[in-house]
Amino acid sequence: MIGTTSTAPADAHHIPRALVPRLLIGLGIISTALFIVTPLAVIFAQAFSHGVDVYMANILAPDTLHAIYLTILVTVIVVPVNIAFGIAAAWAITKFDFRGKKLLLTLIEIPFSISPIVAGVTYILLYGAQGLLGPWLIGMELRIMFALPGIVLVTLFVTSPFVVRELVPLMQVQGSEQEEAAVTLGASGWQIFARVTLPNIRWALLYGAVLCSARAIGEFGAVSVVSGNIRGQTNTLPLQVELLYHDYNTVGAFAAASTLTLIAIIALFAKVAIEYRLGDQRAHA
Amino acid sequence: MSAASLAPSIGAPPVRAKRVLPGFGLTMGCTMLYLGIIVLLPLAALLLKAGEVGPARFWQIISSPRAVAAFQITFAAAAIATVINAFYGLLMAWILVRYRFPGRRLLDALMDIPFALPTAVAGLALTALYASNGWFGTVLEPAGIKIVYTIFGVALAMAFTSVPFVVRTVQPVLEDLDPQIEQASATLGAYPFTIFRRVVFPVIFPAYLSGCALAFARSLGEFGAVVFIAGNIPFQTEIAALLVYIRLEEFDYPAASAIAAVLLLSAFVILLATNIVQARLLRYKVRSA
Repeated sequence: MIGTTSTAPADAHHIPRALVPRLLIGLGIISTALFIVTPLAVIFAQAFSHGVDVYMANILAPDTLHAIYLTILVTVIVVPVNIAFGIAAAWAITKFDFRGKKLLLTLIEIPFSISPIVAGVTYILLYGAQGLLGPWLIGMELRIMFALPGIVLVTLFVTSPFVVRELVPLMQVQGSEQEEAAVTLGASGWQIFARVTLPNIRWALLYGAVLCSARAIGEFGAVSVVSGNIRGQTNTLPLQVELLYHDYNTVGAFAAASTLTLIAIIALFAKVAIEYRLGDQRAHA
Repeated sequence: MSAASLAPSIGAPPVRAKRVLPGFGLTMGCTMLYLGIIVLLPLAALLLKAGEVGPARFWQIISSPRAVAAFQITFAAAAIATVINAFYGLLMAWILVRYRFPGRRLLDALMDIPFALPTAVAGLALTALYASNGWFGTVLEPAGIKIVYTIFGVALAMAFTSVPFVVRTVQPVLEDLDPQIEQASATLGAYPFTIFRRVVFPVIFPAYLSGCALAFARSLGEFGAVVFIAGNIPFQTEIAALLVYIRLEEFDYPAASAIAAVLLLSAFVILLATNIVQARLLRYKVRSA
């Protein structure tokens, strides 16, 4: 008890000597190693189990390359749209008072609590051949399901809350004084946003964008329902992993999976780096 | 806190016009339009299609033996997964906030792996680990513990994908809790476990509850990770989300929409119940403060 002072930062590098903390830390590290780290390790072990040449051949297989291309395409469309939505929604919510704000926040968060499969089904029931808009779409000769538009739409649904969720709490804490000062100095709405708000929220925005991208790249269930799994056409990378696995091409499946794992790890590094900046910013706020 | 709430009644700052800043119409319009098209319209389609099925047929679909079995398996596995995370998540939140040790930052970052990793990849990895020839399977199966193609495999996949919920909801509350309160109880002679139970736990309970509820709701709907490890045997390891998928592939849209509607409503009921309980707990807290 003597060593423990009340201020946490002061003993930031203090290693606890008491038995209970040591036991708990040990338990936490061992369970995390078994529960979280080994699944990561097994992906790379399996992917490289037949050597680097086989790994490269699997990654460079035309269908896998097309899946990588499609995944990147979907992400490049989805993330900017959800950034725009996130900024608009956060501006409306944090800069103005209006009735039903809580309801709006709840509606925005809905996609988080919905099963990806259910999300996919809702889109089939709207745009599919037997869906609400189905007959009309067929008349217009528009194909949304089992094609790129369907994959993009359902990914938009699944990833729509990520940016808003990061922006709203930060913008609420920061308040509107700086923006109001800009108004009195005659700045236009876009000038206020670009020169006052954006610099204040840039790290949170980037953070939300990273989370949004990670999910857009990795979404499986919802995309699986609306994609139709057409080889070399509507298969995103996560779907390609499943396809290769069911083809009994285990090494190929793990090679494709290792690409996704690498992206996830990079996203985590980015997240930690941004969080560090964001922490700084919050401390100075 | 009290100063801010008193300020308007004193009238010190002049009453501010509500809309000083520009852009309300534009941002609100865009938000509502986007939300309407991307989120609400598809949900309305589901509820409409499920409604078209008609009450008798709806009940017949969701009470069919295969659907009931799928719901039972899904709820049971999600419950096991939530219990696992209730222990593991609390342990991790506690050591990450309260102790300083080498590798703490790495451990903290690892907590987000299940969200960052695509669920299909997680499912593939877990299957490879726990299969009878996998790293863990070769140890566990001779001991009589079978994970792959059992409900425990389903629960394990659900637990993996919902790890961050409990950790990340409890962590900030623990960080805000002043360690001096615990030290005060220690100086009064309380044992560490008593301190945790009597002093720490009541404070973190609302967040803990909501973390567990989120983990449970997420587990109910999990698909990608589960389908790899479950083996998907009807009446044994077939989850509700998979049954929806199967009915869709058979173009049986009434069945797919009915089962999907049940999954959707279960998630809503859980989140609503948690919100109500939390509001009650927090109201109590404010009153007692």
